[in-house]
Formats: sequence, C-alpha cells, structure tokens
Amino acid sequence: MPRAVRGLIGLLAFGVVWEAAVAAGLLPARFLPPPSVVLAGVVELFAQDAFLRDVVATVLAWAIALGVAVAVAVPAGLVLGSVPGVRAASRVLVEFLRPIPSVALIPLVVLLVGGGPEAKITLAVYAATWPVLYNTLYAVGGIDPVLRDTARTCGAGPLRTMLAVALPHAAPSVFTGVRMAAAIALIVVVSTEFLAGASRGIGNVVLTASSGAGRSDLVLAATLAAGAVGILINEGLERLGERLFGRSTRSAEPV
Amino acid sequence: MRGWPVVLAALVLGEIGTRVAQHPFFPSPSAVLATAAQVWLTGPPQRLLLADPVFDDVLPSLARALGGWLIAAVLGVTCGVLLGRSRTALDYVGPLFAFARAIPPPTLIPVFLVLFGIGTRMQLATIVFATVWPVLLNTVDGVRSLDRVQVDTARSLRTPRPWWIGMVVLPAALPDIFAGLRLSLSIAVILMVVSELVGAANGIGYELLLAQRQFDFPLMWAWIGLLGALGYGLNALLLAVERRALGWTALHGTGR
Repeated sequence: MPRAVRGLIGLLAFGVVWEAAVAAGLLPARFLPPPSVVLAGVVELFAQDAFLRDVVATVLAWAIALGVAVAVAVPAGLVLGSVPGVRAASRVLVEFLRPIPSVALIPLVVLLVGGGPEAKITLAVYAATWPVLYNTLYAVGGIDPVLRDTARTCGAGPLRTMLAVALPHAAPSVFTGVRMAAAIALIVVVSTEFLAGASRGIGNVVLTASSGAGRSDLVLAATLAAGAVGILINEGLERLGERLFGRSTRSAEPV
Repeated sequence: MRGWPVVLAALVLGEIGTRVAQHPFFPSPSAVLATAAQVWLTGPPQRLLLADPVFDDVLPSLARALGGWLIAAVLGVTCGVLLGRSRTALDYVGPLFAFARAIPPPTLIPVFLVLFGIGTRMQLATIVFATVWPVLLNTVDGVRSLDRVQVDTARSLRTPRPWWIGMVVLPAALPDIFAGLRLSLSIAVILMVVSELVGAANGIGYELLLAQRQFDFPLMWAWIGLLGALGYGLNALLLAVERRALGWTALHGTGR
C-alpha cells in the first residue's frame, strides 16, 4: 500500500474516532463539534470573501515579516560574524534576547504602533530575526580559516570574502534558521491577531468566533485553515531546501 | 561566564539611551531593576526576602510551563519510540501529526477554554498540545537513526528483548530527543505567557497585562526581563543536563 494511502487512512480513522466519540457522548458536542460539523464550518468560512481576505491578511503579514527578518538578520549575521571579537559579543547578546517570548511584547507593541497590521508584523519580525541571526552567526563562526586565508591570498577584499566564501558556506545553516523562523513567525502573527484583536486575519476570525455566541465549529474550522497554511509553508520550504542544498538539511534540524 | 561584560555594556548603553530619549514607554534599566527589587525582594527574611508575587505568580507560572513540558516529554518520547520502531504505523499517523504540528497552538486556546474553563487545566492542555510534537517527531527521527552496526552488535551480544529499548534504542535516539526537548521547552514558556494573557487569574502573563493596563512601564519591563531570564536559565539548565547525559556520544558538540 503506498504511503499516501496509509496517511489518508490515518486521517480518516482519526475523523471517524472523533465523530464516534462525540456521537457516543464522550466529548461535549457543543464545545468540541464532530468533524462533520467542523468541515461544514470550513465550507461556510471559505464561501465568504471576508474569510479569504483574512487568510490573505495573515499570509501577507507573515511573508512581510519573514522577508524583513531575513533581510535584516542575514547581512547582520554575516557582518557581525566576520569579526571574531564582535561575533563573541553579539552571540552573548543574542543568547540573552532570544529567550524573551515575543508574545510577552504584545502589550508593549500594541501601545507603540497600535493594533493594526503593524503590530503583528513588528512582533513577527522580532521573533523571526533570532533564529536566522543565531544560525548565521554560528555558521559564519564555523568557517574553516583556511578558506578565509585562501580568499585573502587570492586578493579578495572583506566584502568579496563575505559574499563569495562566508555566505555560500553558511547558506544551509541559514536556511534551517529561516525554516524555524517561518514557523515561529506564523505562530506569532496568528497569536497577535488573536490576542490584540487585529482588524483582519485568521487569529481574528478565531477571536470573533469564540466570543459572544461561541461558535466552536468555526473556531476549529479556522484552526484547520491555519494548520493548512502552516503545512503549505512548511512543505514549500522543505522542497525549496531540497532543491537548493540537496537532501542533507532535511533531517538535521529540530523543527 | 565570559558574557557578563557584554551584558553590562549593553545595560550601560541602554541606561544612557533611555535617559537621553526620556520616552515613557522605555524606562531606564536602573528604574526597571529598582522596581523589580521592590516587587519581588521585599518579603520577610524567613522566606528569603521573596515577596508575594514570587509565590503567587512566578512559581505557578513556572509550575505550569514545566508541568506541561514534562507531560509532553513523557508522552512524546513514549509515543515516539513506539512509532519509530514501526515504519507502517508511522505511515498511518505521519500526515495527521504533520498537520497537528502545523496548527498555531494559540488558535486552540478558545477550544481548551470552553472545554476546561479558565485556569490551570486549560493552560496545561495548551502547553502540552504545543510542546508534544517537537519531542515526538524528534524521537521518531532519533529512533530511526539507529544504525545497522548498533543493531547487529546488540543482537550478537544477545541483548534480551526487555532491555532493547532502554539499552540500545533510547541511547541512540538521545541526541535527537534532547534537541526536541530544548525546542519544546522554549515553546512551553511562550505558550505559558499566551495562555496567561487570555485566561488566568495569576501568573507572569497576567501580571504583565495588568502592569500594561495600569501604564506601569517599569513593572512591565521587569516582568519581560524576568521572562527572558527564565527562558535563558531553563535552557542553560537543560543544556547542562544534556551535556552530562550525552558526554559519551561522538555526535555531541555539533549541536548548540
């Protein structure tokens, strides 16, 4: 039996067990509706133009944030990582700043830039910068000095060395950082929409559906949509990584 | 700790910067530290000077994050070992788990909120759901990385069946398991804060939101700083455990 069929059977079996558990009264149908109701909710959501705009808003915020984070963190990591003293100092600072959960900054950022799309993009940039910067710093630090010396002997200046030696060498590790950052950025975007009550986005749909009448089916339907976005992003980046660096990066990362 | 001079320099720079800028949202580090000392360290001497917020907010938060993480660790490693040993079983549940992992956990908070109500059970459910996947999937990867030589050696030494998991499979999978544990520990801290921002009557996230609503910015920064310190400390602790547990592997030292 091919793997895809087995996976499909697994998904179906999960749905059937869930449906049966609700039908048997093991799970409260009002709070945790069965998959048949949730799937109807998915259809209901995707039939609305407004929901499609919400999905686009979330994905757009995610893409902008990841783009900005990569555009800031990769050059910064290359420059900071190329000078040994600065590299050690910046590693220490990153080690201290990285563990601050970006969601803890939601209240502050909402005060600073308001509750609009700026808030979620700012927070996601903050959260996505660290994995990329961290991986770039470490990869640049791990370059064989012989490679650097060879480049210098061949007459390459610092900028040329950075672009022709450091960047290609660090690329697979940087890409691993980007994949982690992509997952984190999506979580932060959706969390901010949910917690700060943004005007648009999947997180906002969850917030609206959960308040007032409490449509648990729509909450779960929006959650499924968010999961689908997440899995598309993850699969897409995995494919991209395979194309760029071969299969080697696939299993060597913890995300 | 060779990092301290850098941290001190950053604090001094921050002090100068915030005093020059005089922005109400960004109090100087010294003001934040003074507030922190006043809030956390003014208790009676028999409690090591720790004030009420430490017992009412910090410790419950820590207990939730660590408790959820531990439950997820046990669940994830157990299921991961079982699934990793069987290729067919993984084929069946692989897509389901990949999908579950891709769901941003905060979107499930409303569901857990109506199921469990405001309080610790809802927070534990959120944290466990968010942290179990990295542990589980990394354990599966680790168990699968068991190489032929290890298997053949254990077999030729006639390792008894009941010892197989503990003596062959788990040690080989340990580096991957620890990578998953570290990732999920940082996720646990994040989800602890998120779940406390939404539905809690105490905890660090709750106090953070309260301080912000009262426009008490030194206090808010103190809580943010505490979260950073907690995240750093927990990670350092786990790294120390990992170093002890993995000292024997040649693989070790390639990680962080």
